Amino acid sequence: MHVPDGFIDAPVSVVTGVVAAGAVAVSLRGARRELDERTAPLAGLVAAFIFAVQMLNFPVAAGTSGHLLGGALAAILVGPYTGVLCVSVVLLMQGVLFADGGLTALGVNITDMALVTTVVAYALFRGVVKLAPHRRRTVTVASFVAALISVPAAAVAFTAIYALGGTADVAIGKVFAAMVGVHVLIGAGEAAITALTVGAVVAVRPDLVYGARGVTARPLEIRSSPLAPAAPGAVARAEGPAAEAAPATATSEASEPAGAPEPAGTPEPAAAPRRSARRVWWAGLAAALLCAGVVSFYASASPDGLEKVAHDKGIDQNEEDHAAKDSPLADYGVKDITDARLSGGLAGVIGVGATLAVGSGVFIVVRRRRATAESERS
Amino acid sequence: MGAGHAHKLYREGRSPVHALPPHCKIAAVFCFVLVVVSTPREAVWAFGAYAALLAGVAAAARIPAGYVLRRLLIEVPFVAFAVLMPFVAEGPRVEALGMSLSASGLWSAWNILAKGTLGVAASVLLASTTELRALLLGLQRLRMPSLLVQIASFMIRYGDVISDEMRRMRIARQSRGFEARGVRHWGVLASSAGALFIRSYERGERVHLAMVSRGYTGTMPVIDDVTASRTQWAHAAALPLTALAVCLTGWMLP
Repeated sequence: MHVPDGFIDAPVSVVTGVVAAGAVAVSLRGARRELDERTAPLAGLVAAFIFAVQMLNFPVAAGTSGHLLGGALAAILVGPYTGVLCVSVVLLMQGVLFADGGLTALGVNITDMALVTTVVAYALFRGVVKLAPHRRRTVTVASFVAALISVPAAAVAFTAIYALGGTADVAIGKVFAAMVGVHVLIGAGEAAITALTVGAVVAVRPDLVYGARGVTARPLEIRSSPLAPAAPGAVARAEGPAAEAAPATATSEASEPAGAPEPAGTPEPAAAPRRSARRVWWAGLAAALLCAGVVSFYASASPDGLEKVAHDKGIDQNEEDHAAKDSPLADYGVKDITDARLSGGLAGVIGVGATLAVGSGVFIVVRRRRATAESERS
Repeated sequence: MGAGHAHKLYREGRSPVHALPPHCKIAAVFCFVLVVVSTPREAVWAFGAYAALLAGVAAAARIPAGYVLRRLLIEVPFVAFAVLMPFVAEGPRVEALGMSLSASGLWSAWNILAKGTLGVAASVLLASTTELRALLLGLQRLRMPSLLVQIASFMIRYGDVISDEMRRMRIARQSRGFEARGVRHWGVLASSAGALFIRSYERGERVHLAMVSRGYTGTMPVIDDVTASRTQWAHAAALPLTALAVCLTGWMLP
């Protein structure tokens, strides 16, 4: 989705550039709060991680493969402000060094891929974590939902920017259907990989996952309480992640040894995996339906706007040769709207189907992996 | 980290273009691309003039054409997109090669191809004549927030380290007979990514501690401050100003 030069006209590029600069300025301030004075090295390393992870190709189906965008992953792992900052830096460096994405389109790219993805993903993540019960698996489910919606949201944002300043003469409905249709599929892959990655990190070092700070502390305390007489250090260990918020550098040192023995010390109750695995599946289904709802809503809302424009513009068209560009909009309007709606709906249906298939497939894999991991652990 | 720090994107040289201060070059390239983007697409000759200007810069920097062309390949996904344009766009149709193509779609495809290619070529020239570190210094001189510059410099410095780590993990997976063939294998890839994140983050903590123990207080000392003389600015401005003249002529002529 790296937009090249010349795809969006100059005024809109400048406006999005201002938006991006504002977002980066706000993030710079917020990132200091998230990482205190460790901002530069840690954010730099996380940016390098995002840069590397974008090269991680995952096979989708029939020989095609996609790659991670990483916005949701960054927001969940290191927090929204640092996430915006890291993805922006990655985009900046890709634009300047690798000529991937135009220099004048940098504002468009940052607004679209760094700002929208990260903010949408983190808002959704927080929402799901708030509503769902506080356990470790909630974090995984919430990351899945966040990444699933964030990618089509970026596609919607791109379509909006295109509608304002696109240079190509393609109907907005078509662009919308194509972009969202493709990105619902990409979002499914992104969601699965993001959720699995966050799950893997939570399993090893829950204190590192920014989004899980309030979530994982409590179950750790509960689980270590039966063992407390045997291991007096367990309670202190459980409080390690909570104490992480203190700005002193000593805590990061202290939490490091605490994180390592954790998986060995916390055997999960035997009944838990099966029940929550089913819950994961239902949550995935709900997410897929929600996604389809969003898609179909926009798919039906967009042509309405188009219809109106076509109606308004259809009257006075044929004086200047400049206006001739718009007149086909009136001519092809009706035919196009049905097309757009049809393809929009189709994209939604395909999206749900793919999400369901991919989601349940992945969840089965996760469950199997988790089950083997549990048996190995105990 | 033991290897030289010159990146493979940089092409060593002693030309006048290499010698220009980095912030002048960044500003010049940015203005040039902005001018190119605001040129009307009907002025086909103007894009030829821009290409000639860039070719002149490449010649002055003694960068072979083949090198630039190879680096232009990054654009290929957009070429594919642009090729689709005449088929999906609106407007009056033209018959060409036995297919019905949209006239405005053809213009759009041309627009994206021409402007995108010129933009990529300008960035490629910038990246291959400017050292990475100088590029970051230049961005700092252009008043980019120093924290952002620091983050970018850490990313550049450790990007190769992290990518190498990922490459080693890939080789480790392959040497154990793993090949990602479908959805079933996403879990393995994701746990690699998870391990990579933990390693990166912990490396970040170590780097930070090492820096703190050497007296880091949140800002980096600027050792070599680059300055530009008036003549250097004038040399750098030659490219965007000529482009601006071409662009204005493009707007004047029908």
